Amino acid sequence: MSKHHVSTTINGEPTEFLCEPQLTLLDVLRDELHLTGSKEGCSSGDCGACSVMVDGRLVCSCLMLAVEAEGHAIETVEGLARGHDLHPLQRKFLEHAALQCGFCTPGLLIAAKALLDRNPKPTEAETRYWIAGNLCRCTGYDKVIRAILDAAAELRGE
Amino acid sequence: MPSYIAPSTVEEAVRILAEASGIAKILSGGTDLLVQLRSGRIKPDLIVDIKKIPGISGIRQRDGAFAIGAATPGALIGECEALRQAWPGVVEAANLIGSTQVQGRASLAGNLCNASPAADSVPALIAARATCVVAGANGRCEVPVESIATGPGRTSLRADEFIIEFHLPKRPPHSADAYLRFIPRTEMDIAVVGAGVAVTLDSGGACTDARVVLGAVAPTAILVPEAAAALIGHTLDETALAALQQAARRACKPIDDKRGTIEFRTKVAGVMARRAAVIAYERAGER
Repeated sequence: MSKHHVSTTINGEPTEFLCEPQLTLLDVLRDELHLTGSKEGCSSGDCGACSVMVDGRLVCSCLMLAVEAEGHAIETVEGLARGHDLHPLQRKFLEHAALQCGFCTPGLLIAAKALLDRNPKPTEAETRYWIAGNLCRCTGYDKVIRAILDAAAELRGE
Repeated sequence: MPSYIAPSTVEEAVRILAEASGIAKILSGGTDLLVQLRSGRIKPDLIVDIKKIPGISGIRQRDGAFAIGAATPGALIGECEALRQAWPGVVEAANLIGSTQVQGRASLAGNLCNASPAADSVPALIAARATCVVAGANGRCEVPVESIATGPGRTSLRADEFIIEFHLPKRPPHSADAYLRFIPRTEMDIAVVGAGVAVTLDSGGACTDARVVLGAVAPTAILVPEAAAALIGHTLDETALAALQQAARRACKPIDDKRGTIEFRTKVAGVMARRAAVIAYERAGER
């Protein structure tokens, strides 16, 4: 089986890779590019642990073939921090203890980033609906919601 | 292991499909297809990704009517203010499919051609008299959405055919649509029953036209003309609503499964049709 050559941009960096056609974007991110922040939970688009942004839109990287990334811009959790400076969302997740085991956290951070990119001042209800596709079995979501809303306020300069 | 190809024109895609030797599957948003690939439920020889075809994703307005590209993701449909204004039922149904992540990819053509009886967008599209443009080796034809699904997982499309876009007609004055579904939670679930209703009113508030479509209560979404007939000529008084509810229940041929029993689905179908009709009626009255 011939491999496909894919040219894409990942976290702002032009990135090329070779992949077999049946591999998902998540497979390639983790196993080929060693960006292991995105997690494999259900592999069926239910849990959101593999969430990334494609051209600014939130998607499950397990529901996308890696070859489909050709010509598109991907953002993963690895692109959030600037060197040692955590993104406000990451800091607020720590401050509010919005994680326990941490498995869902990369997906929740990217989902929250996608929300705040398009809606800087979401309501609590909007935030809860937005992250309905990110399952967390530890926190009960309350701390996650508080962290996101607090990060949103900081990003607005409040 | 399947091979993958991403044609850049409709004609190229049709030729690839027509010449394919084994099983070819169309890849649009992939939110159903990739799950089925992974589980081994389908084993295609070829995956044909249509998203490189110009215009296959996007919404175009023509004289008040809309053309929605087959691979347009739900999120884009929800962001189209003109479409929300004209066909709020279609938009709310499309936006009920899956999570924010799924909305980033899932398309109307995929929802229709996956041919689940519980597909949310399908009853709303049928109620709105949507059509789809099918491309194939014999050229293109425009067919009603209700002619596509023939049973769970089965469609009327031939191996060389695929849907390139949906058309929604210009909305008549004093008309609107609505879609409602029953799920046992508030988000992220599959319809136990769905109901799409579109109505047109005269200046006195009586229905001059109506379409009532039920989902998840038969092998495909079903148009229920008897339920629509219960509304025509009436304002939504209690008599008309009771007749609508009864006609909706009589049309149900559901299955028993983990989501609901035959008895429950039949009862709830009446309730959903009635509530969707009331919402469509109120929306139409505001226009």
